[in-house]
Amino acid sequence: MFYREAGDFKTSYRDDGQTFPIKLDRWGYYAILAVAIFVVPFVINDYWASAILLPFLIYAIASIGLNILVGYAGQVSLGTGGFMAVGAYSVYKLMTSFPEVSVIIHILLAGVITALVGIAFGLPSLRIKGFYLAVATLAAQFFLVWLFNKVPWFYNYSASGQITSPQRTVLGWAVTGSAASPAAKYLICLAFVIFAAWVARNLTRGMIGRKWMAIRDMDIAAEIIGVNPLSAKLSAFGVSSFFVGIAGALLFAVYLGAAEVTEAFGINKSFLVLFMVIIGGLGSIFGSFAGAAFLVILPVFLKNLLVGGFGWPTDLAAHIELMIVGALIIFFLIVEPHGLARLWRLVKEKLRLWPFPH
Amino acid sequence: MTQVQANEGYITADGRQIGGVVMDLRDITLRFGGVEAIKKISFDIRQGEIRAIIGPNGAGKSSMLNVISGFYVPQEGEVWFKGEKRGPMKPYEVARLGIARTFQNIALFDGMTVLDNIMTGRLNKMTSGFFSQAIWWGRAEREEIANREQVEKIIDFLEIQNIRKTPVGRLPYGLKKRVELARALAAEPQILLLDEPMAGMNVEEKEDMSRFILDVNDEFGTTIALIEHDMGVVMDLSDRVVVMDYGRKIGDGTPDEVRNNQEVIDAYLGVAHD
Repeated sequence: MFYREAGDFKTSYRDDGQTFPIKLDRWGYYAILAVAIFVVPFVINDYWASAILLPFLIYAIASIGLNILVGYAGQVSLGTGGFMAVGAYSVYKLMTSFPEVSVIIHILLAGVITALVGIAFGLPSLRIKGFYLAVATLAAQFFLVWLFNKVPWFYNYSASGQITSPQRTVLGWAVTGSAASPAAKYLICLAFVIFAAWVARNLTRGMIGRKWMAIRDMDIAAEIIGVNPLSAKLSAFGVSSFFVGIAGALLFAVYLGAAEVTEAFGINKSFLVLFMVIIGGLGSIFGSFAGAAFLVILPVFLKNLLVGGFGWPTDLAAHIELMIVGALIIFFLIVEPHGLARLWRLVKEKLRLWPFPH
Repeated sequence: MTQVQANEGYITADGRQIGGVVMDLRDITLRFGGVEAIKKISFDIRQGEIRAIIGPNGAGKSSMLNVISGFYVPQEGEVWFKGEKRGPMKPYEVARLGIARTFQNIALFDGMTVLDNIMTGRLNKMTSGFFSQAIWWGRAEREEIANREQVEKIIDFLEIQNIRKTPVGRLPYGLKKRVELARALAAEPQILLLDEPMAGMNVEEKEDMSRFILDVNDEFGTTIALIEHDMGVVMDLSDRVVVMDYGRKIGDGTPDEVRNNQEVIDAYLGVAHD
């Protein structure tokens, strides 16, 4: 009834180009942001932070990153786990080598290092496309994991081969290490999510985003109208890996606290993030959030339902849970191949006409 | 009959002043392996004129257009643009020189809206850097709005206001052709190359498209080179016509000259049987 653009006139191109052109959307967005910043940190507890909110926020950053590459620029990548490992090991080396520097700068620098690695592994994309490129990025995944396993310098020669995140503070609050409170961990992840979503939105709505989408939709035509495929593809790899690296750094330093590369950043991670992007919706920032939420929250929800609700044994519930999640992924892809973002858009289009659709 | 002089312009039948040579193709030869698609062809395109390339299927017309737009690099011959010899270039570098084109089978970006498609046409007009665009502050936003204004002028001109936010994949064929023309126009090209702009259209759509081509030439003074099979359209629209057959040039001149050229009649136009 109130979800309309009618009567809400845009008198400048600036207004017309804004992210949420419909008033109700805009208010909803501000409301969610306000709740996330001002309410959630005061009510958060350890369970909510570690089971749902932190993984959701961190995977949202990774999905935004991968969505830029796969959804906007059309370059398939299976190397996400490896790039997250680059972010994690970079932040670890930076934190241990320069303890006096703020961890925020470390995380951003880890993103930059991952971006450079991503650009290097993106070079094959200039020659090969589609499935063949996916296989080339798979090589990145295996090579990077092997590298962090075999070269002791990366894990500071620790006996276990693990990396452990030392305690660091931001404005006096511990955000990493065992003393960090759930609220502090949550807020630092939230800050990076807001930053990532904002930058990603700006890049994708402007000329850089159009270049990426042009390359995705028809690379030859893009080149004829003046897109340099080299810079477009490599910038997509760079920006994508930047966010994926930040996600990897946060996953290790803030969420896990300690990590072993094959376990934490294996090929499973690559597939998990790719599924988030596909289920959420290719080429949509909202879809990245929706996909991350779906794959993070659904298993937790099912576990609570099966074990807590029906009183099933945990091992049985764990297996059933995998089967249900798998079945639901297939179900959603059949019902809406363009992901949750498209589903959401259809709902909104219906809502605009409600309650008088004719 | 118009006599074309070396470096001065000429006046067309309808009284338009045509300027000097913008693009000069000299002895272009293009081979694909052993096949010679273009054999020693020379012709020029002058400022402000509508230049047509016609010929039977497989004559090498599209290859010629691809040479001009930098997509193919000819094995022999020289391409002179605005008095300078053009070296081998990547297609996106040619686009930056101010040569825009449309395609025989539409090459729009299906996943993007009409507006975004046309905005891509202006990407060479954008100078804001990566970080400015990332924070969407100052220059990036100002440029976006300035370019949007230009694009809106073209949208008005081609009468596609009502579809500007529609994804291109949903549009019918005739409108897609028009959007593609809009995208090429958005680049404010020196030379606009149209590869069969009227292929597959009905009479009404052809009339619309012809009117747009004439209007573009008239209003923006854009030099246009086009390939087209509909002889009625070609003879009406163009100022000068190049006729190709089997990779050779068999005729060059005003529509009237070409129409009466015996070789052209034999190869392409044909004669009415009594």
